[in-house]
Amino acid sequence: MSSTNSIRHNLPRTLFDKIWDDHVVYQQSDRAKKQPTLLYIDRHLVHEVTSPQAFEGLRIKNRSVRRPNLTFATMDHNVPTSNRSLPLVDNTSAMQMQALKQNCNDFGITLYDMDSPNQGIVHVIGPELGLTLPGSTIVCGDSHTSTHGAFGALAFGIGTSEVEHVLATQCLWVNKPENFEIRIDGIFKNSHSLTAKDIILYIIRSIGTSGGNGAVIEYRGEVLSRFSMAERLTICNMSIECGARAGLIAPDSTTFEYIRDRLFAPKGKDLDNLINIWQDRLRSDNSAKFERTISIDVSNLAPQITWGTNPSMVIDITDSIPYPDEYSHGNDGLKKAALRALNYMDLTPGVPITNIDVDRVFIGSCTNSRLQDLIEASNVVKGRTVAPNVRAMVVPGSQLVKTQAERIGLDEVFKDAGFEWRDSGCSMCLGMNPDILSSGERCASTSNRNFEGRQGTGGRTHLMSPVMAAAAAVKGKFTDVREML
Amino acid sequence: MTPFKSISSKLIPIDVINIDTDQIIPKQFLKLVQKTGYDKFLFYDWRFDKDGNPKREFVLNNPSYRDRTILLVRENFGSGSSREHAVWALRDFGIRAIVAPSFADIFYNNCFKNGVLPIIINHDHIEYLFNHAETVKINIDLTAQSIEFDSNIIHFEISESNKKMLMEGIDEIGMTFNFESYISDYEKTKSTYSLGVV
Ligand code: SF4
Repeated sequence: MSSTNSIRHNLPRTLFDKIWDDHVVYQQSDRAKKQPTLLYIDRHLVHEVTSPQAFEGLRIKNRSVRRPNLTFATMDHNVPTSNRSLPLVDNTSAMQMQALKQNCNDFGITLYDMDSPNQGIVHVIGPELGLTLPGSTIVCGDSHTSTHGAFGALAFGIGTSEVEHVLATQCLWVNKPENFEIRIDGIFKNSHSLTAKDIILYIIRSIGTSGGNGAVIEYRGEVLSRFSMAERLTICNMSIECGARAGLIAPDSTTFEYIRDRLFAPKGKDLDNLINIWQDRLRSDNSAKFERTISIDVSNLAPQITWGTNPSMVIDITDSIPYPDEYSHGNDGLKKAALRALNYMDLTPGVPITNIDVDRVFIGSCTNSRLQDLIEASNVVKGRTVAPNVRAMVVPGSQLVKTQAERIGLDEVFKDAGFEWRDSGCSMCLGMNPDILSSGERCASTSNRNFEGRQGTGGRTHLMSPVMAAAAAVKGKFTDVREML
Repeated sequence: MTPFKSISSKLIPIDVINIDTDQIIPKQFLKLVQKTGYDKFLFYDWRFDKDGNPKREFVLNNPSYRDRTILLVRENFGSGSSREHAVWALRDFGIRAIVAPSFADIFYNNCFKNGVLPIIINHDHIEYLFNHAETVKINIDLTAQSIEFDSNIIHFEISESNKKMLMEGIDEIGMTFNFESYISDYEKTKSTYSLGVV
């Protein structure tokens, strides 16, 4: 370590600064020119959609994977969520999954394929298997890699060229993002009807889809320290929806207890030693400098729901569909976007959102498909039935979540109510497998993106929490879940 | 990759903010395993109706715009999914540069790896360009980091390394291999306190 570095280390640093500094392999001296830094990557997660061209690139140049033991792969985007014993109907999906199998085999990478009990959405299985550890750097060719920041790891999404780069070098050239602090304050009445999802939707609503561009967001405040890992993961997951490179939450005893006994996590004394180090180091120093700071008060938060075609087009469940002028506050671009969204979503300004019927309900995705999400949703569903106009499905985030849920009888609760109970995968979050909306169908979804066509060409997506989605399934329309609990 | 020095072209304007990569290339076209041939999927749902017929009113279907190589867009272009397929589709369609007031981070990085130049200029200039998009011709000189139209010459920012990547079409992995001693030093000495398996 050079002397300039150690001087800098005496200055107060943020959690992000510390993880960054710990992973610098090479830094150009001339910082004024904004030269990128070579960072070491501790974990590389791989899925079938963004990796084939990267492996192909290695083959063409006759290169190998530098650290196959730090690289882990799963199949999640294309996998069918029912009848996995049948041959795949979609040939191109089958080919892409076959390519991943071949690539992992050729390059010596651990793969959890469709039939593995450890298979699941990459951002669900990382934490579950103990691959996601505090203070580490994690990348994946997938924007929702920000999820893993919930453990105090620096985790961010990369493109396929960068996937190839990490495979070959275990490093990445990165321009250091800014520090952005979001304080979550107030008395959060975590009363089963309000969830972490409502908080993150409210944050994106407040700062917009580019509010976090060029920054790593550290979420701080009392509210978070009472949150479970599942809730923290939901918050960090959607950091990318406001454009942030990554989300971060400082690890604490909740984090450390979660890690204990996970498959790949250090064990026993090793883990205890690490926990001591983590506890000591992995927090922002008191006077550390954040380039940006905002604070959000969640005391009076109502359940949040999107009405439009990006994740910042959010209203309270008690609100009506906004008028374009009301939404845009005089910004011409936003006004045009609102008009376009209203048209695509087939919505009329001024109509209470609770008047609107839904056709489909999707409980799943890397945002909200963990055991806690399913338990919470099942509490709304229990003893009730899915409305006749609705087709509803639950897609657990991993096969492990599925097994755990079945052990406590959640599958029965959902099936009795009329939900479909599926195998794990990305499913209708983006519909690369057969789970898609038909054109014009309206969906209450616990996923993270309501972009045009995201869940199927012409499909209309409304994002919300699992309990809100469950309420919509039962009532057949968007519903304030607080009236049901 | 074709090395990038300078280009001139008229503009292809798409006047929508926050265009996400799901729009630039929808998910059904991400199942392919090759790196080229994505031009026909670019803006698929905006470009074609449900029977696959071109929508007349969409700018990419306008024959008089077909030889243009510079895209003009609004704030936060390329937000959402990290899919590099979005850049491959633009590149395969013939887009060499994209002019916008801002880009989403991952998309911005992906551009340089594929010979596409993203240029950030201020709102007033963007507004002017949209107002004259039919006729105005742009000259982009990467060496000088300048963009020229009508009587304006505007300087734009780009990092030295990204500039080099575009101008020389370098193999970034090959370049990183030159830092092998730093990487193995790191692995030997700094192997992190965070990971049991390292
Ligand atoms: S669940 Fe959705 S957002 Fe998450 S990784 Fe899969 S496709 Fe991406």
